[in-house]
Amino acid sequence: MVRFSGVTKRYGDLTVLDNLDLDVAPQEKVAIIGPSGSGKTTVLRMLMTLERIDDGVIYVDGRPLTHMESNGGLVRANEKYLRSVRGDIGMVFQHFNLFPHMTVLRNCTEAPINVLGLPKAQAEERAVELLELVGLGDKLGEYPQRLSGGQKQRVAIARALAMRPKVMLFDEVTSALDPELVGEVLNAIRMLGKQFQLTMLMVTHQMGFAKEFADRVCFFYEGKIHEEGPPEQIFNAPERERTQQFLSAVLEAG
Amino acid sequence: MPLKSIVVTAIIAFAAGLVFASFAGYELFIPGLLEGTWITIKITLGGALLAVVAAFIAALAKMYGPAPIRWLATCYIEVFRGTSALVQLFWLFFVLPQLGVTLSPMMSAILALGLNIGAYGAEVVRGGINGVSRDQWEATIALNMSRPLALRRIILPQAFIAMIPPWGNLFIELLKSTSLVSLITISDLTFRAQQMNQATFRTLEIFTLVLLIYLGISLLITFGMRALERIATGGIVRGRAS
Ligand SMILES: Nc1ncnc2c1ncn2[C@@H]1O[C@H](COP(=O)(O)OP(=O)(O)O)[C@@H](O)[C@H]1O
Ligand SMILES: [Mg+2]
Repeated sequence: MVRFSGVTKRYGDLTVLDNLDLDVAPQEKVAIIGPSGSGKTTVLRMLMTLERIDDGVIYVDGRPLTHMESNGGLVRANEKYLRSVRGDIGMVFQHFNLFPHMTVLRNCTEAPINVLGLPKAQAEERAVELLELVGLGDKLGEYPQRLSGGQKQRVAIARALAMRPKVMLFDEVTSALDPELVGEVLNAIRMLGKQFQLTMLMVTHQMGFAKEFADRVCFFYEGKIHEEGPPEQIFNAPERERTQQFLSAVLEAG
Repeated sequence: MPLKSIVVTAIIAFAAGLVFASFAGYELFIPGLLEGTWITIKITLGGALLAVVAAFIAALAKMYGPAPIRWLATCYIEVFRGTSALVQLFWLFFVLPQLGVTLSPMMSAILALGLNIGAYGAEVVRGGINGVSRDQWEATIALNMSRPLALRRIILPQAFIAMIPPWGNLFIELLKSTSLVSLITISDLTFRAQQMNQATFRTLEIFTLVLLIYLGISLLITFGMRALERIATGGIVRGRAS
């Protein structure tokens, strides 16, 4: 479903992602873990087309993301092509990024109406259904500011899903939350993972959640996948020293 | 803040009342001054409308237009900010006719002052748009919105709120600069005052009245913009993204 092929990203002299290869199957749930600064966010941001790729190609559903085929070769994608591929991908951010001037419902119908061209009634029906699913059926007319962090993040999840993406990206979506609100957001993700046929890439520090939810765990270190495998293997019997060090440090912290 | 301006206004009004109480016959000047006031208001309103339109077009062109359009917008902004409003006014009124384009004095006045304030306004619009956090843009990309759509529905409505107070300042600047139009034969408030002063030499009464009228209009603008800000803010607290 998603394939990174030799993807490199640099900021000036700093190589943030180094010749990354990563293949994610349809409906696979991949947890990305690793120390701060190892390039986890960058992976998601490049897939969401928020960052340029310096080298390599990302394929989504077999189509190159930032390049399009033209006369047998690959050229840089134009806006129209980029938007057609990007439609398959949705993202939830660490800091929610809700639209503060719109109600919860409007946050979730704005793009379906104006991007997908859904009639208003149908967009609202879809949004209400999703908001009820994440337990916010009673907050439709509320403005984001009056919600708790956990509620905001659940709106952000519903908003992304209202676009019916095939791939969902989650970047530390519980890191900005008070500890007691983490559970409700993870529950929402769990439920949606069952309800929809989604491929998911999630950067997370919730090791318990990763262990239970993910099909595969990738440990990032210095812009590379240092070790990967099924959760049982990575968490119970990590082979490489960096992975062991990281996990024991995380577990110690709580 | 509103309380403070109300107190200041009251003190000025009281002082003015004392001044007028000691002069008889000042009401003689009022009809003439009010006629001038109406002209001043018309130029201010017309200029403000033009300024807002010009500012948005110039700012959006400069930020998002293709190179030649961007360059044109930059030229407009720099020329109108970098030269004086008086020279612009004279240029439109006295030079354009020599190039074969004759505008009425009112047209020249509204055009010159509106475009002048619009050039400053373009920077206000640009600042407002840049003030919306990058996170908001990123959310629109993640929802696959096109840039024009994102600008129209997500970015500008948030930028708009931050722009209201600086636009209030610009409208007051505009009001004050309208007194320049007396130099191209328009009988605005300032022109009327000078005319009456030359005829009667009652300088104290005339210019005190004129001062109060300008102050009144500018307070009206201040209150109007504050009301607009309250309406626009609605449920949202300014500067706080979610
Ligand atoms: N816009 C940027 N400019 C310069 N350096 C950046 C930028 N964004 C990220 N980086 C750097 O790239 C590295 C990887 O960042 P990131 O992907 O956010 O790491 P992680 O999410 O794993 O903590 C970090 O060293 C970070 O400082
Ligand atoms: Mg990160």
